[in-house]
Amino acid sequence: MTDLRPGLVRFGVRTLTLGSSIIVALVLFSLVLATAGKNPFDTYASLVGSTLGNGFGFSEIFVKLIPLLFTALAVALPARLGLVNVGGEGQLNVGALGAAVAALTLGPHVPLWVGIPVSVVFGMLGGALWALVPAWLRARGWLNETISTLLLNYVALRLVDFFVYGPLRDPGSANVPQTVEFGAGWLWPGLVGRIHIGLLLGLAALAVVAVVLNRTRWGFEIRAIGGNALAAQRHGLPLSRYIVLVLLAGGALAGLAGTGEIMAIQGRLRPHFSPDYGYMGFLVAWLAGHKPLRILILGFLVALVATGGDSLQLDQGLPSATVNIFMALILFMVLADTWRPDRLEERWLARLGAREGGAA
Amino acid sequence: MSTGFVEGWLAGTIQASAPIFYAALGETVVERSGLINLGVEGTMLVGASSSFAVTSLTGSPVAGLATGALAGALFNLILAPLVLWRRANQLACGLALMFLGAGLSAFYGQSFVGAPVNGFDVVPIPFLETIPFAGPILFQQDALVYFMAPSAVLVWWLLARTRWGLQLRAVGEDRLVAFAAGTRPHLLRVQALLLGGLFAGVAGAHLSLAIAHSWTEGLTAGRGFIAVSLVIFAAWSPLRVLPGALLFGGALALQIQLQARGAAVSPFLLDMLPYLMTLVVLVLLRKSSRGRMPEGLKEVFESPKGS
Repeated sequence: MTDLRPGLVRFGVRTLTLGSSIIVALVLFSLVLATAGKNPFDTYASLVGSTLGNGFGFSEIFVKLIPLLFTALAVALPARLGLVNVGGEGQLNVGALGAAVAALTLGPHVPLWVGIPVSVVFGMLGGALWALVPAWLRARGWLNETISTLLLNYVALRLVDFFVYGPLRDPGSANVPQTVEFGAGWLWPGLVGRIHIGLLLGLAALAVVAVVLNRTRWGFEIRAIGGNALAAQRHGLPLSRYIVLVLLAGGALAGLAGTGEIMAIQGRLRPHFSPDYGYMGFLVAWLAGHKPLRILILGFLVALVATGGDSLQLDQGLPSATVNIFMALILFMVLADTWRPDRLEERWLARLGAREGGAA
Repeated sequence: MSTGFVEGWLAGTIQASAPIFYAALGETVVERSGLINLGVEGTMLVGASSSFAVTSLTGSPVAGLATGALAGALFNLILAPLVLWRRANQLACGLALMFLGAGLSAFYGQSFVGAPVNGFDVVPIPFLETIPFAGPILFQQDALVYFMAPSAVLVWWLLARTRWGLQLRAVGEDRLVAFAAGTRPHLLRVQALLLGGLFAGVAGAHLSLAIAHSWTEGLTAGRGFIAVSLVIFAAWSPLRVLPGALLFGGALALQIQLQARGAAVSPFLLDMLPYLMTLVVLVLLRKSSRGRMPEGLKEVFESPKGS
């Protein structure tokens, strides 16, 4: 029988330290709200009531979780190699553009068994394409990927604007810039309400990334390079090839986030359809320490806060970006390693081991 | 192209370059100390919103500017405990700072959206403004534009000619050697962050008070990131930040001018220009810039470090 206790200790430490960070962030966020004359308790009541205490709100958490799973993986996978991919937002947009172009080219009358795989493939291609230039520049050692992916986010948004206001615009929509509806052959089926099959795809992607990272030679080598690139290279690991590989894979994953949004939620391509899912995915990945399973948990948490943020606008008249303050505060605590969970974990595991030793 | 177009474009170039210039100048000081603040975007938003709010309430753009500069400096200070004492990932911390700035400015700035403001107006320089062609371009600008060149020289003097600057640069090259030589690396880096935030706050104030004359959520639209790129472009030299900023300002202003004249070029494609240009320039200048990168920054920029 395997001993479950070390796993429980790890889980306990992580929960405890994350919980402490959230509490401190809540206190600080309350102060911010109070300085503007808002009652923090009303705000929190509205945040919780509109998400956990409300059937529709609760399902909206999962609707937002779907793109976040993809965009967080798009950050986490390169991060395990030591790269900072901040281009999720751009990759998401170009992925959606790729899927939209495919859908509009093939027309609305394709069977669903063609529409879904084609949109998935083109979404991934679009996202990967947007990561290609930063990946290549980084692999050649010419330009840091953080800067290039950031700059390309702004270009990607304009690119989508250009197509939606120009060549892909629905001539029938007088004042609204948008494409025509893709048609029934392209719409990703729903599971419950607005929750769609993207959730299954996202969970599958999570599992695949987890298995690749933890159980394959690729994953081992990625983690080895992430640990000490110079040593790994001396052992003959192809650093440049891995840089291109993880960034393209990340771009493809982010592309799926955008594809799901337009194929399952919007049904057509509109400008600025993503409420910064790319940047939120960055938050999720860093909060989760780039570990796939934790991405699921932290993704749910960030999706909850973001869903609550949307309703803050309606209920309290606060801009939805207000919750960015709260999320940034939690991220600061995690980045600062405030409660030193690694050290705590080590100490508790050692105590566990000592007791074992005494008993034997 | 008519003279009117060129004149309008060049005058617009100078104005549009000012926020990028001030933000990049401040970031130059930060990076010379061996740190990088990727969150300049957030600091600019805090500066832009706070200066706008104070100007709107008091009617004094100077009070607004002072507030924006102070707010920017204090806001940058958030990074100090994270990256200095806890040695957290600087790139991720910078982005978190961007999130925080975006959130705070949206939250506190909300009631000022659409508020009227008496911002920085054009202050023509008597006599000089009448010079044909050059007059309207160079000498019919707002006060903050006139301070661009003196600020560049001031920062250059601080870094290159003072004891403080020498120590700061030493810390940026090798923290441990500088410490052994008797400097206080953390203190110097905190001062660099303060100065960097001060300039980013001024940059934001110029954007909301002199260019936009209004406040909206996300007013900076990526200018903070362009500023970070500009520092690399300028090879960490305060004097080179000025021509660099003019180049980027030119790309920004071109789009506005062409659009105002109803040119048949898609505004969206023109909008991409500054970002694409930044990317291309960084790639082209990679060799000269890498040689000048403060040693302390290489750690941040070249992970994973291969040969």
